[in-house]
Amino acid sequence: MTQLDLILQRNRRALARQISQLEDEPLEAREILRQLYPYTGRAYVIGLTGAPGTGKSTLVNALAKAYRALAKSIAIISVDPTSPFSGGAILGDRIRLNDLAGDPNIFMRSMATRGNLGGLARATADVVKLFDAAGFEVIIIETVGVGQAEVEIVSLAHSVVVVEAPGLGDEVQAIKAGLLEIADIFVVNKADREGVPRTVAALEMMLQANLNRAARVIQSANGLSHLLPSVEQNSIAPWQPPICQTIATTSTGIDTLLSALIAHQTYQQLHGLRHQRERHRLIYEMEQLLKEQLWTNFMSQVPPAQLHDLVTQVTTRQLDPYTAVERLTFRP
Amino acid sequence: MNDNQSKIKNKIRVLVAKPGLDGHDRGAKVVAQALRDGGMEVIYTGIRQTPDMIAEAALQEDVDVVGLSILSGAHLTLIPKIMARLQDNGLTDVLVVVGGIIPPEDIPILQQAGVSAVFGPGTSTQDIIKFIQDNVKQS
Ligand SMILES: Nc1nc2c(ncn2[C@@H]2O[C@H](COP(=O)(O)OP(=O)(O)O)[C@@H](O)[C@H]2O)c(=O)[nH]1
Ligand SMILES: [Mg+2]
Repeated sequence: MTQLDLILQRNRRALARQISQLEDEPLEAREILRQLYPYTGRAYVIGLTGAPGTGKSTLVNALAKAYRALAKSIAIISVDPTSPFSGGAILGDRIRLNDLAGDPNIFMRSMATRGNLGGLARATADVVKLFDAAGFEVIIIETVGVGQAEVEIVSLAHSVVVVEAPGLGDEVQAIKAGLLEIADIFVVNKADREGVPRTVAALEMMLQANLNRAARVIQSANGLSHLLPSVEQNSIAPWQPPICQTIATTSTGIDTLLSALIAHQTYQQLHGLRHQRERHRLIYEMEQLLKEQLWTNFMSQVPPAQLHDLVTQVTTRQLDPYTAVERLTFRP
Repeated sequence: MNDNQSKIKNKIRVLVAKPGLDGHDRGAKVVAQALRDGGMEVIYTGIRQTPDMIAEAALQEDVDVVGLSILSGAHLTLIPKIMARLQDNGLTDVLVVVGGIIPPEDIPILQQAGVSAVFGPGTSTQDIIKFIQDNVKQS
């Protein structure tokens, strides 16, 4: 049986080994990604982000249970940062997944960012494709939201859930981290704790001030999207991100969150937004691939001696870096 | 960037789990952090893990190493079960190491069951890291 067959049959060992190859040997993994691609595009992808300790993993566990009750198969990807000092990582999100152990319709994988910025690992998008092709109906990505460059989770997920908890200091963490703009749904978790009304009120206030978020698309300033006919901006009522209150540890309020997710999914489908988001995601992905490819092609043609020489000239101020790069890229 | 990528290739992935019923995982956490500082990716699953949970996590996470921390004294029943579940999942190449309080006379029994090393309470984390780096089988 081929690796493709094993993956399509959701063989767990084959999936696990394939993820490792996606992480460790991206170039070698291209062939299987090529073969998998026609089978992708079916899964519903949820991104879950927020400050550490807000209860994301516990929430993923509760949410996965709720989807299992609807007979959906679920894949979970939990991303944690790699230590920039040692290159190692502690991936601790499985601790909260104990209720789901032994269910063959759930697969969970922990990933370290391995130096990638933007909250995800470089291979996360490919792992999503793998799970999608393998027929997992819902894919949940958990990532630590530390602000900035969260564009990656937006580009990958159909619905982004930003998780907040009361009592993590005076400020609402999501506001501080700039996660407000990317949320399709807010969760105020740990609703059993004090300070929930204040957190909810702060979020509501920020949302009011931020109403023109409907036109949010993934902007890539100099990207491919400028070469394409612009996607028509629908004149539809903007999606209002709901604020759900949950107690993840007891699965309280998870039904509300589930309803909000289904409502958002329906809203997107109704207005063709899922397609639009997909299109933006693919533009982003093709840009990345194109950059990599051009870079590889280009660097294979640059004589190391010339590069070395130019760097020396720039270092000694005989040449400025702008001219140096022009000389590098100019090939008569 | 390419240089960096070749360095992170074949990163060692370790599952650290605490089977059995006792609830102390301070030792396991210390080891987990040491392995992280040693450049490894540590999947930490916490306390009260059943053999099935451990074998399933090892499978899904495609780990190279399973580190078991046992203080409860139930190692002679738990570890053969865990080894059997790992076998069932086809994880024959995984290096299994055990940390905790194990009477010397039990060590050969565990080794017989497939455990590669037993680290007692005094073992330095450097030795554990070194042992893993020297003995891990990466495919
Ligand atoms: N009181 C309370 N504690 C919670 C709740 N949800 C999660 N926790 C606890 O918060 C801590 C962090 O949870 P975790 O899911 O690991 O957070 P993460 O870092 O965002 O993934 C754990 O000790 C959880 O048991 C909740 O709704 N109420
Ligand atoms: Mg977590």
